[in-house]
Amino acid sequence: MQTRKKIMRTALALTTGAILFAPGHLFAMDASDAPETVTIDSLAKYYTPVEFDHLMHVGYASCEECHHHTTGVQVADPNCLRCHANTPEADEVSCVGCHAADRFNDTYLSTLDDPRIYHIDKPGLKGAYHLNCIGCHVIIEGPTGCQDCHAMTEAGEKLFNTGKHAPAGGTSSGAKH
Amino acid sequence: MKKLNRRSFIKGGLATTAAVTVLKEKKSAASGDFDNYPEGMGVIVDLTRCVGCRSCEAACNKEQNLPEPEVPFDDFSVFDYMHHGEKRRTDETAYTIVNRYNPPEIDHPLFRKVQCNHCNEPACLTSCFVNAYTKTPEGAVIYNAKVCVGCRTCMVACPFYIPAFKYSSAFKPQIMKCIFCYDTRLKNGEPPACVEACPQEALTFGRRKDVLKIGKQRIRETPGKYVDHIYGEHEVGGTAWMYLSSVPFDKVGFDTHVPKEPIINSVKEFLAMVPMVLTIWPGLFVGFHLLATRKDKVREMEKEAELKKTKENDEKEEQA
Ligand code: SF4
Ligand code: SF4
Repeated sequence: MQTRKKIMRTALALTTGAILFAPGHLFAMDASDAPETVTIDSLAKYYTPVEFDHLMHVGYASCEECHHHTTGVQVADPNCLRCHANTPEADEVSCVGCHAADRFNDTYLSTLDDPRIYHIDKPGLKGAYHLNCIGCHVIIEGPTGCQDCHAMTEAGEKLFNTGKHAPAGGTSSGAKH
Repeated sequence: MKKLNRRSFIKGGLATTAAVTVLKEKKSAASGDFDNYPEGMGVIVDLTRCVGCRSCEAACNKEQNLPEPEVPFDDFSVFDYMHHGEKRRTDETAYTIVNRYNPPEIDHPLFRKVQCNHCNEPACLTSCFVNAYTKTPEGAVIYNAKVCVGCRTCMVACPFYIPAFKYSSAFKPQIMKCIFCYDTRLKNGEPPACVEACPQEALTFGRRKDVLKIGKQRIRETPGKYVDHIYGEHEVGGTAWMYLSSVPFDKVGFDTHVPKEPIINSVKEFLAMVPMVLTIWPGLFVGFHLLATRKDKVREMEKEAELKKTKENDEKEEQA
């Protein structure tokens, strides 16, 4: 299935590419390749998983705005263009393919010494999600509150001393901590 | 009574000079030692990323077993808290806090996380008579509450007003401050709890030299986004926790008048006498107190001068 779809897509892209003479856009993915929804649950602990409506978001942003250079659609950021002007579609386009859940692990931190590495500042998975989502939501006035996207779990309420775990007799005005 | 003749006077003078010289050398060598931790860890706090969610505060509270807060950590009314014209400060119940600022230059608020900056050459450490503080090779400034005598010198010596005290009993005061999660995380190579909790990765953890590189890359590659300065790169001789901002640092509560030199350099002469503390304790204490209050006085004087300037300008304008 997957292979067949890929072959067809490639064929289609090749034809389109040939017609448009747009070598930078060869093998580019488009919205029809995308899943309708994505369940974001790999980090769910203090908040419930997010049912991400991918189809709906396609109407707000083009592929490269979230997926950078991985979908084969040319990026707009001049910093990225320096190297990725003609980068074809990557094998892996999901966030977790590049953004590690534990960015600050020892092995990763010790690679930062290597002067040949340009991507010394690649956010971890949680950072990648939030920076991308909230960054855009602020601009287009989408939801930005924590619980607008994911409800707090019981573990979360405990961490934040809220809900069932709210401090007894706390007043909300004039409090310091 | 023993009479002081010329010979013994000279002898005594020589001995004192020698002692001071030796002590001075020892002290400057010790201050240089801190530079020998090139692998020390650090954090760069990016104000442009912080959304003021207070997750870092909640995570710190749990990690350090601090007391239950007065209000939930998802209550944002704390940003309105003011006490004598000052925003919230860290204390013995909260090792880190986030404050909100509304700089006139931009149309949205900025949030600033405050905690111990884990100075490369900590004033708290150098001012402590009983050596309660340690700067670890991993970069954390930790303390031994057992030896603390509660003199509060560190509290006034710290340029960032960080160390706080817990007075659980009048005779057993205890220093309380952020320790970079040293015991539970940092010494195992793990990032502190606040860093792990931050959804926005506003806190980037790594070797100090590497996060500094990251900060410089952000400034270089997103022109116009940041002011061209990393707070803590050089302030008070460099700190492990550093900051990036989109507006001048004095607009978001930073003290931009702290010296570029470690605090220790300005008190070195004084510190040469520290080992004699037992004999001259009261004088020393007064000295430190003067030094510490001078910090506030300088600030007050600056404020007054500024006020005077604006007043003069106003008068001129009126006359015109
Ligand atoms: S910020 Fe203050 S308490 Fe922290 S290391 Fe520096 S002088 Fe010490
Ligand atoms: S957790 Fe991160 S984004 Fe939230 S207040 Fe703390 S530093 Fe800011």
